[in-house]
Amino acid sequence: MIELIDDYYAYWFCFLLLTIGLYGVIVKRNLVKKVIGLSIFQSAIILFFIIAAYKDNSTVPILDPRIEVTNADAYINPLPHTLMLTAIVVGVATLGVAFALLIRIYGKYATLDEDTLMERMK
Amino acid sequence: MILGHLAVLSIVFFFFGALIIPLVSRLGGWVPHAVAVATSAIVFVINATNLGYVLSQGTIRYALGGWQPPIGIELVLDPLSSFFVLLLAGIAVVVLWHSRYPAAAELPGRTAPFYSATLLMLGAFSGIVLTGDLFNLYVFLEIAALAGYALLGGGSARAAVATFRYLIFGTVGASFYLLGVGLIYLGTGTLNMADLSAIMAVTGVEPLLVIGFVFIITGVGLKMALFPLHLWLPDVYASAVSSSTALIAPLGTKVAAYILIRILYFVLNPDLSRFQLPFTQVLGILGAAGIIWGSIMAIAQKDMKRMLAYSSVAQIGYIALGIGLGNTYGFIGAVLHTLNHACMKACLFLVSGNLMAAGRSQSIDELDHSLRKSMPWTSLSFTIAALSMIGLPPTAGFFSKWYLLLGSIENSAWIYVLVIVASSLLNAVYFFRVIERLYLPRGEAATEEAPVVVADNRLSLVAPVVFLAVLLVVLGLGNVVVVRQLIQPMLPAGF
Amino acid sequence: MNVPQVYASSAPLWAVLASLFAVPAILACTRVPNLREACTLIAAVAKLAIVLTLVPDALNGRAAAIELLEISPGISLALKADALGVFFALIASALWIVTSVYSIGYMRGNGEKKQTRFYASFALSLASTIGIAFSANLLTFLLFYELLTLATYPLVVHKESPAAVRAGRMYLAYALTAGLVFLAGTGWVYMATGTLDFKAGGMLASSGLDANSLRVLFCLFMVGVGVKSGIMPLHSWLPAAMVAPTPVSALLHAVAVVKSGVFGILRVVGFIFGPELMALARLDLILAIFCGSTILLASLIALRQDNLKRRLAYSTVGHLSYIGLGAALLTTTGFMGSTLHLAAHALMKITLFFCAGAIYVHTHKTEISQLDGLGRAMPWTFGAFGIGALGLAGLPPLNGFVSKFYLCLGALDAGQTTILAIYLISGLLNASYFFPIVVRAFLIRDLKNEKYGEASVWVVAPLCLTAALAVAFGIFPDLIAPIFTLAEIIAAEIMQLAPS
Repeated sequence: MIELIDDYYAYWFCFLLLTIGLYGVIVKRNLVKKVIGLSIFQSAIILFFIIAAYKDNSTVPILDPRIEVTNADAYINPLPHTLMLTAIVVGVATLGVAFALLIRIYGKYATLDEDTLMERMK
Repeated sequence: MILGHLAVLSIVFFFFGALIIPLVSRLGGWVPHAVAVATSAIVFVINATNLGYVLSQGTIRYALGGWQPPIGIELVLDPLSSFFVLLLAGIAVVVLWHSRYPAAAELPGRTAPFYSATLLMLGAFSGIVLTGDLFNLYVFLEIAALAGYALLGGGSARAAVATFRYLIFGTVGASFYLLGVGLIYLGTGTLNMADLSAIMAVTGVEPLLVIGFVFIITGVGLKMALFPLHLWLPDVYASAVSSSTALIAPLGTKVAAYILIRILYFVLNPDLSRFQLPFTQVLGILGAAGIIWGSIMAIAQKDMKRMLAYSSVAQIGYIALGIGLGNTYGFIGAVLHTLNHACMKACLFLVSGNLMAAGRSQSIDELDHSLRKSMPWTSLSFTIAALSMIGLPPTAGFFSKWYLLLGSIENSAWIYVLVIVASSLLNAVYFFRVIERLYLPRGEAATEEAPVVVADNRLSLVAPVVFLAVLLVVLGLGNVVVVRQLIQPMLPAGF
Repeated sequence: MNVPQVYASSAPLWAVLASLFAVPAILACTRVPNLREACTLIAAVAKLAIVLTLVPDALNGRAAAIELLEISPGISLALKADALGVFFALIASALWIVTSVYSIGYMRGNGEKKQTRFYASFALSLASTIGIAFSANLLTFLLFYELLTLATYPLVVHKESPAAVRAGRMYLAYALTAGLVFLAGTGWVYMATGTLDFKAGGMLASSGLDANSLRVLFCLFMVGVGVKSGIMPLHSWLPAAMVAPTPVSALLHAVAVVKSGVFGILRVVGFIFGPELMALARLDLILAIFCGSTILLASLIALRQDNLKRRLAYSTVGHLSYIGLGAALLTTTGFMGSTLHLAAHALMKITLFFCAGAIYVHTHKTEISQLDGLGRAMPWTFGAFGIGALGLAGLPPLNGFVSKFYLCLGALDAGQTTILAIYLISGLLNASYFFPIVVRAFLIRDLKNEKYGEASVWVVAPLCLTAALAVAFGIFPDLIAPIFTLAEIIAAEIMQLAPS
């Protein structure tokens, strides 16, 4: 049990973040808070990839003259990092669109609270 | 020279078109429309060639940028993917052709961004279909989604609210997908579909991978609006600009269905996803539930576009049911229904666009029989498409249901037989309600009709609708050609 | 064995196309009513001529067949003019000509609107009916069956009144449900046997389905064809559909649509299950119970109807079940009786509906209680009505007698005295709901009604013709068309006997 926590604590942390994010998306009535929840959710997944790439006793994947290229074990896996760069860009774009929509909604209905919004839309 | 790059051309052309539209839009208001239609037409022609080539010569694998897979990203042109790209380019040509006046009327002065986003979305759709890499698929999924949010949310403030909800759902779905990809990467160390499939054939599917696939399927299910993950769909389709809906309703969910087919039957070993893991069974049950729920909700709707949107939920259920049956007839039914439903839904939403262009309300209660005079072709096309939705011969919808039915009987899944029969009746209820309004006067009103203004007067509004309606009959009678020539070559191994 | 020799010919296709081509022609001539009606008549005559060319072959045990495009892997849209198909097609196309003439008189006399739609739908209905008659497999049958539903919907709602719209909804609800249930049955048969081609004597013999599956399958098919053939409790749409103009009631609700239903029963019993399997799984009992009770109940309900067309409708419901019950006997004479009654009832019921229409056009009376004394004013119409009524009650020398005679013989052959009793009792009931009408019209005097003259010749001539035919076929069954011989061939084919 302790082992499970000790070896995988980073994943547990990641899972916690995921839950918090999803909680925010589902439960919060304020639309901006929903977006914040969404952002936490995405960040958790990005962190998940980064954690997965991590190896003990290895260094960043930048060629170090002291370590041979062939010694791949000494570097952490660079692929998830590059993937996550893309994912971050996608996340930012999504946030941008979300805020653009929110500005449009606020401009028309002057509220960002979901319940009030539903009332005003009728 | 260029022949070697056929696989990537669809994506390139769509993205190039999307980029060029803002530049050339100053030349005149008609230019963005022309560029968009021309681009789709070119892609359609390219893919017709591709499909012919793939069917005769076999699968084309294209390493993007020369980086060899499994490290690099590869595009895969096989019978399944080339069929889907052809389908989306074809629908795009027809819908974009129709969109000239509606888009200009509903989005005054913003046609250039509209068409640019449209092509961006189509390019991303092609990317989703063509890519052989799980992460690349995520990127295209999000590009398509972002362009889709722009298209759907660009109309009224009401549309913005609906689209915001869609954005939340869609992003959560895509994130689920990404999480699943992460788990799979963790378990196998590869993102390439073919490579993954080969590795799993050796190592088997560990629990970690199963969880990964569950996340992927859930995420795609959200994008596909698979019951009970469909909650975002009706509001979005109902409130968006008519041309956007007409484009996204037939294509967006289909592309997600394509991902499911790809993952369940090509990445995973079909025997595994059919017999050992409960993926297809669950999919079938959800599909059946969606069919009934969507149909009942459609009956309850007063607004035509909302009705069509709920009917989409039901029709997606058919596709899911077909995929879930996991036999040859089910597969044929699912793919054929993808094609048929794309044509039917495009036709029906274009009809709703025509109503809007004629200044008519979308409310079903306000439709009346003056339409049979003022919009005879539109009304007739609606009727044919509706008959096809109900599944009456000889229209296309009948035959996809026929294959689904055969597949259900083959599995001795009598509940599904019942669902297919019952849902056709429910479809009949809500479509004949509209047809009755279109053709028959209400009450005792056999009074003289006021002189009618013929609203079916623009070729670009009428011709696409009529074309699709005729196509539905042709597809119905010629379904064997489609099944034999196109669908049977794409059957996964082990069917 | 008696398997018809099949040869390739496009004649069955042309028989379908004759009226299908008439649809665009009728639509194009919407502004010239005379030309439009001419289109209908030309198509009707052409259709009958084509069907007639198929008769000699059917008599010689040869069947013209044509396979069109494939509509599902291994299943073609295929037409085959076997004896049963030719028989049904002959009745439908011959009566279409008569009805077309009658329609002209009726529709113009009544000043009906939307006549173009009426004639176009009518032609389309006939095309579907002939398609049903000549279908060589279940899927083709189903295709035309559904097409018939759609083509007749505009005819049912023709008046566009709320009652008509309600009747239309009801009709669609019943007919579409039936079609879908039939579809499920079709799918099942295909998965069980790998073929859908009709085969005299039954195609399910080698399917290996157990008795209970066969029973369920049979019930699916019975719901499928039972709606159109008005088997209780699936009959309610038929009386409701009487809001349609009378030519529609006459041809469609006495001949084409409902007869497609009973034709379907004959196909299901004789060509899908086959007499052997029917007896083995006791399917004949299921059919007999439903048809037998329908005959009696419908006749009793008919007694209480005051509306003339509704009474005729319930009488139709009863007579359709005669045919089903005859098929349930599973004897040669029973099948002969069924087939003959299909023709006999068509001829007589169309006469009765023509009379009802003539009365309505001329005097605008719809209720039986208003008909006092009209017989003196409209002797031809009511004379024809009397002949039809006598025929349906099964009195010689009318054609109703011949068919009923064979049905009773069939019951005796099968040793089913209950069924014999049902036929005889129902004959009495028929007499008791039809004769009061004739008696009223001729014997009760009502001077108000006697001022009317006879209706226009366009409506009276057709009804006299059909009444005369009913008499002619009663005395010489093979006089004009070899109805009797065809019936013999059909029965022999189904029972797998050597041709006599």
